[in-house]
Amino acid sequence: MADLMRTGLYDLHLELGAKMVPFAGYEMPVQYPMGVLKEHLHTRAAAGLFDVSHMGQVILPITAVAALEALVPVDIAGLGLNRQRYAMFTNEAGGILDDLMVANRGDHLFVVVNAACKGADIAHLRAHIEGVTEVTDRALLALQGPAAEAALARLVPGVAAMRFMDVGTFGWQGADLWISRSGYTGEDGFEISVPDAVAVAFARALLDQPEVAPIGLGARDSLRLEAGLCLYGHDIDTTTTPVEAGLTWAIQKRRRAEGGFPGAERILRELTEGPVRLRMGLRPEGRAPMREGVEIFAEATGGAPIGRVTSGGFGPSIEAPMAMAYLPAGLALGTTVYGEVRGKRLPATIVAMPFQPTTYKR
Amino acid sequence: MKFTEEHEWLRVEGDLVVVGITEHASEALGDVVFVELPEIETQVAKGDEICVIESVKAASDILAPVDGEIVEVNEALADTPGLVNEDPLGEAWFFKMKVEDMSQLDAFMDEDEYKDFIG
Repeated sequence: MADLMRTGLYDLHLELGAKMVPFAGYEMPVQYPMGVLKEHLHTRAAAGLFDVSHMGQVILPITAVAALEALVPVDIAGLGLNRQRYAMFTNEAGGILDDLMVANRGDHLFVVVNAACKGADIAHLRAHIEGVTEVTDRALLALQGPAAEAALARLVPGVAAMRFMDVGTFGWQGADLWISRSGYTGEDGFEISVPDAVAVAFARALLDQPEVAPIGLGARDSLRLEAGLCLYGHDIDTTTTPVEAGLTWAIQKRRRAEGGFPGAERILRELTEGPVRLRMGLRPEGRAPMREGVEIFAEATGGAPIGRVTSGGFGPSIEAPMAMAYLPAGLALGTTVYGEVRGKRLPATIVAMPFQPTTYKR
Repeated sequence: MKFTEEHEWLRVEGDLVVVGITEHASEALGDVVFVELPEIETQVAKGDEICVIESVKAASDILAPVDGEIVEVNEALADTPGLVNEDPLGEAWFFKMKVEDMSQLDAFMDEDEYKDFIG
């Protein structure tokens, strides 16, 4: 793994017994000795600490609101002070270049992008916006789960007053923490940007809290899938539009009325007329998972595939397999379709997502 | 007990061979969430893919270690696949085979050789 980058928490991961794997150019913990299943369940029962320092942290001048709006179908001008929004960079064909979080931090916008896309995203931002700064001296941690507030509030009392998608700056041992109440698990929780100089000490302080255990990328994936959240490069990419992906909730009214973002023609048409295909949730019968790439058919025998699984696995909390697939938009909830697993067509029911109810503190 | 390079263990019970996967294999697989067992009374040849194990990470196959007939499968694994992680060498046996030619087992590793094999 010689060419891989490491986060500031690398040595801590090893000390905690993590199994490290290559991910988006980084050597990252896929699991700790607890194992993926128990890490997943621990996060839903108490609190899990994730190192997501591989993700891109970017600062834009507050004057870049209009320039950013030209890249995303999201209302940035209407984003309140100390509030955060989900967004996606679209291309001229209406496809998704990446998904991201945008926070209004008063004198600047703070953007968090996916690790695998960050080089391209920053180049994209710089091509359209003056004064783009990549933050390279801060780690990013996520603390997720029903006990996240109690655990974090012992170190940073102010966070208890935050609500879902609030952001703020808080002090800890002389360092500024940039905290948002958000995450990627479907649970209440926080994402914390912390200066490298204190990142390990802060992570240790969180791990010292009785509710908190370290959680790897394996459980991060099963948690986000149960929550019905998209993984870029799998469930969304340049071939899927935000409307097909079921992300229309992220496109606010003003942007629908005014357009002015890449791919607006197609995206606005799909908003009006409906998309041809739609990202849907599947609950396979039995226990066999339908993983990414499994082809979906309308009938138990014959016919051509009507779609393909983009993410699939076993949900430890729902104790059942689950999958996402793009399927013809007319298919109703409750419809039975068939996924071909090892040559056999196995039935699955189209269901609403999330698979596991979310517990955001709204 | 004998061990294969595919990380299966084989235990002889009379004219039957009981087959499971090793602790090393179960740890490498991670938490097992689904096991597809072979049908009983099927004739299998060494190397046939006869079981599927799905963990939280990925799907893997179990190969028939020798020629023979599947005579019994461990139905408990269908409902409680986690047994594969909890007790891989005991309760989580996968199937029993009737084997005509027990000399097929001679070439497999004993416990010490297997320990060297997995390093």
